[in-house]
Parts: sequence; C-alpha cells; structure tokens
Amino acid sequence: MALSEEARTRLAPQAAEIIGRYPKARSALLPLLHLVQSEEGYVSQDGIGFCAEQLGLTEADVTGVASFYSMYKRKPVGEYHVGVCTTALCAVMGGDAILADLKDHLGVDVDEPTPDGKVSVEHVECNAACDYAPVVMVNWEFFDNMTPQSARDLVDDLRTGGDVKPTRGAPRLCTWKQASKILAGFPDGQAADGHTAGEATLAGLRMARQQGWRPDGSADSTAANGSALAEGQQ
Amino acid sequence: MTTILIPELSAHWDEPDSFRLAGYRRDGGYQALRKALAMAPDEVIQTLKDSALRGRGGAGFPTGVKWGFIPQGDGKPHYLVVNADESEPGACKDMPTLLNNPQALIEGMIIACYAIRARLGFIYVRGEVLHVIRRLQLAVSEAYQAGYLGENILGSGLTLDIVVHAGAGAYICGEETALLDSLEGFRGQPRLKPPFPAVAGLYARPTVVNNVESIATVPYILRSGPAEFARFGTEKSKGFGLFSLSGHVTTPGQYEAPLGTTLRELLGLAGGVRNGNRLKFWTPGGSSTPLFTDQHLDVPLDYESVAAAGSMLGTRSIQLFDETTCPVRVVLRWAEFYRHESCGKCTPCREGSWWVVQLLDRLERGAGSEGDLDKLLDICDNITGRAFCALGDSIQPSVASSIKYFRDEYIEHLRIGGCPFDHAASTLFALESAR
Repeated sequence: MALSEEARTRLAPQAAEIIGRYPKARSALLPLLHLVQSEEGYVSQDGIGFCAEQLGLTEADVTGVASFYSMYKRKPVGEYHVGVCTTALCAVMGGDAILADLKDHLGVDVDEPTPDGKVSVEHVECNAACDYAPVVMVNWEFFDNMTPQSARDLVDDLRTGGDVKPTRGAPRLCTWKQASKILAGFPDGQAADGHTAGEATLAGLRMARQQGWRPDGSADSTAANGSALAEGQQ
Repeated sequence: MTTILIPELSAHWDEPDSFRLAGYRRDGGYQALRKALAMAPDEVIQTLKDSALRGRGGAGFPTGVKWGFIPQGDGKPHYLVVNADESEPGACKDMPTLLNNPQALIEGMIIACYAIRARLGFIYVRGEVLHVIRRLQLAVSEAYQAGYLGENILGSGLTLDIVVHAGAGAYICGEETALLDSLEGFRGQPRLKPPFPAVAGLYARPTVVNNVESIATVPYILRSGPAEFARFGTEKSKGFGLFSLSGHVTTPGQYEAPLGTTLRELLGLAGGVRNGNRLKFWTPGGSSTPLFTDQHLDVPLDYESVAAAGSMLGTRSIQLFDETTCPVRVVLRWAEFYRHESCGKCTPCREGSWWVVQLLDRLERGAGSEGDLDKLLDICDNITGRAFCALGDSIQPSVASSIKYFRDEYIEHLRIGGCPFDHAASTLFALESAR
C-alpha cells in the first residue's frame, strides 16, 4: 500500500505536533510509528519513509526500531485484532484452549486476517490483567474472564457487526486504526466513558468495607461481618 | 480482630468519577501539592526519606534516597520518568490504579518534579492498554485546565509539563535504562550501569525513574505525614501496597495491605484456593521470583522476610496454582516469555533463553532424560549474573525452584513419556463444565 500525497499532507501537521512534545525530536519516533499505523493499519515501507523524513533519520534506522516492538505490524491485520494472552497464568487458566479454539473457528493462523478483513488473532504476552485471567484483548481493550465459547461469540459478533463492549474499557470499540491514533496521542473523547472497576479490582476494597477497616488502619467494630471473619480466623 | 487491609490508593475506586479531577479533589486530592509547594524542595525529599517508602516497582530502592541522588545546582535539565510499563507476568496493580485513580499519579509527579527540580515529566505507559492511556490523557488534560500543570502552578512560580508516551510492546522497556532508550526513540535495550539515570538518564541528563505506585503514594505521604505511613509495615519494609492475587483463588484481585501481611491472611480474605483445592505453588512477586509452596503461607510479605525464605517480594504479584497445575508446563511458559522478550543485546540471555525453552519443552513432552535437569540448572547458572540486565537473571528462579520442589514431577513426565496432568482441569471454566 502506498501512503498517498493527500495522506502525507494530512499527517504532516500531526507529526509536527507529536515532535513538539519532546525536547529531542527522535523521542517522537514511537508515537510517529503509531500514527502511520493508524493511517494504513500497519507500518508499511511508505510509513517508515514518512517517519524517517519527519525526523531526519534513515529508513534503516526507523526499520530497526519498528521491528523491535511487537505492536507494530509489518502487514495488514484485521479491523479488530484479537490478542489472546498465553503467558503462563492465562495459558493455564484457559488461554491456550481459547487461542487454539479461535484459530480453528476462524480458520486462520496468527496475525492472518479473516477473508472479510474483520478479525485477526495473535497470542499476546502478559497484559497486566492477571486477576481477570484468562484475558483477551481486542484492539487493546480488556475482555476479562474469557472462555472458548465467549471468545467464539466475541469474534462472531465482531465479524457480523454485533454489539461488542469490553469488560473494562470504552463502550464504543475502536477499530485497529482508531486505536493506533489514540496511541499516537490523539484522544477520541471516550476517556470518561466505560466501566473500569471490575470485581477483581474492587475485591480488597469491598472486603475492607465489609469488615469496617478504614484507610487509617482503624476498624469500625460495628461493621456487619467483622466478628464472623474474626472467629473464622481463630 | 486486627485490621488486615488498608484501602488507601484504592479507597475510592468504586466511585463512578474516581478517575476525574473533581472526584479526586472531593476525596482530598491536591491538598498534598499545596503542602509540598509551601515546603523547600529538599524538605520534600527529606519527607520521602523519613517515610522510608521503598520503590514499588520490584527492586525496593528507597524513593527519597533516589530523589536525593539528583545533583542540584548543576545547571542541567532534570527529568522525572514514570515507569508505567507494567508487564511482569503476574503484575496487575498499576493498570487498575491508572484506570481508576490517575490523578494520584499526576499529583505525585508534580510533587516529585518540584522536589528534584524537574520541569518536564514523562509517563511511559505500555501501549497494549488503550483505556488506561485514554484515562492518562484525560487526567493530564484536566490537570492543565485546573492550573496544576503548565506555567506558575498555583502561583508558586513552578512550571511543569507532563507528556503521556505510549510504548509499543516490549517487556524489556520496564527495565529503567531500556525504557529511557525507548523514550529517546531507539530499540529498547538496557544500558550499562554506571552511570545511573540519576547522573545520566534521559538525554544523558539527571533523571529519576519511578514506578507508578511509588509516585501515586507520594500525595498520601505528604498529606498524612511520613510517620503515619511508616506506622504501617515492618521494620525495614514500611507502609502499605497493593497485593495482586491471581490464578486459582476464589476471589482474585487487588488487596491493599501493609507490607509484612502473609499469604495466609490474604487468602483468608480472598476465600482461599478455588473449590477448596490445595495450594501447590505460588509466586510472591511475579514470574521473576522463586516459587513458594504451601510451606510458605506464613512468611511475612516484606522484602527481608521473603528474601530470607529464598524468594523476592518483587511487585507483590501473587500468582496461585492449585494441585491441578503442572509445574513443568508453567515454568516452560515463563521461559518462553523470557525468550520472546529477550532484547537480544547480550549473548547469555539471548541464547540461554532458547536453550532453556528447548530443554523444558522436551521435559514437558516426556522426552529427554534426567540429565536434562542438571543441564538446565547449569545453563541457568551461566545466564544468571552474566546477563546485561535483570531480564536474564529472571529466567533461573522459577526453573531452579521448580526443580527443587517438584523434581519428582519432572521425573514422572519422563517415566510416562508425557505430561501427567489434564490441562483442562486447571482452567477457569473447568469447574463450570464439570457441573
């Protein structure tokens, strides 16, 4: 794919804005790569050329950086890129089964989009949501406590345009390109929306409330279940 | 009964606007900043030293001491960089903190920048967490609008900018010097230390790199006083922190408690191991820390006690595995993680991680021989201490400790020529399908 002249003209001021955030221009390279990915859905040779041009680097230098980071794709992925965590804990909790099942269900290999271009899958490493294992990411939004069946339903809905909401995240699921734009530092206005404190996030807080434990370390002896737990611990 | 949990950072996470500036201010937010700005910068550093807060990113280095290393009056720009690249397998505390209370980080950053005389701060956040990044962008924008960032903050004359910088998928960037290289627009590979970042960090200027939770705890310390913070915890591990329980536990999640709390206490609150099963092994601080078993339920989870018992407190990332779990499989998968994430800069880690995976894979499949166990330990010995950074050193702990506790199970794989475990039994949905 080629980065059109129109696209270059449109992206140039955005690139300048990104570069302006940093004391040294080269620091803008990672966000610039996210920016070109938001245009084409992956980091093409043209995208690499664009970044190199903005920063006065060689294409080889930019390629060396782009190839180091797993989020930059060198060929198109689906409009909805599904990452199944298969690092140890998620793998044990069901991530292995989910990934195997999804590949089978969609009939694709990792990073290979479905023929309609809607969905691609890959295995991702630990995504910092272990208390919701097994975790699946769609365009880097959290889908918690998944099963092979719920993952199948998820990709089916993504392909048929069904209503898909992350467990914790923005209510309107971004496309892969839109997500890359946010990563480049251009918000989409959804920051204040969506549910983010799931059961696991609140587990300790709720238990503390139930016990009447206050942040200062004191305890409210009248709390409902305080004594029951105390007895249980004897 | 004694109080086990201290919900401080997590105190308002269930309020619908806990992540908004208005919500944060309603709950006492930004009082600490006013207090700090009325103090001399060195007094703020001293306050942190007095609190004895130790870095919450795993290494446990005293935060105030780190701040004190920044040379003053050197005429150079100073930088604060927050490490929000949370990626250690098992670690899942910083992301909920940023989703639900990002303003605590912003306030902490302003105070830290004031103390170390930095005029520019960065939040290096891993890229694979879209909504976390949105929340950080919103938090920074709200702080600018309210006059907490920008020029002449609260009339103090302090000028400060904060930039949210999204990474692009590389665990190694959690290592502070690799993070700095990445932030400078290079491949994220670690630098040789010394010089340490305090002397030559970002753009070779004096730089403090701190974990999210460390900085987010700063407002509490300023507001409540260092003595109040140091009242919690144990002799050398003061204060409280988030303990993250995951895996085969009835109620996984975030439990904010004083350092020195035991897993037995935490499990008591979390409903124990799922389904009444037996705890087989667990990590006290993520996949880089040696395994513990059910013999270690009463080890106080502070830096010293965990180290004395043969492991590391790390990031308090407690991954629990019950009797349905094959330890060889788990350790193989962690080794695969390190192989995938090795940056390739140094030979022991780049090559060693591949050999470790090959041997473990062979053992898990029930091929190979008992001699492979010794070979594994030998290779691990040749990685540890010889790698460029801590990533290489992280390969050995789970391998060596699993052989120590579960040698018989490795042998059983060889005896029957395969994995003796039903992997379906260890999944989240195993219980549902059994019904």
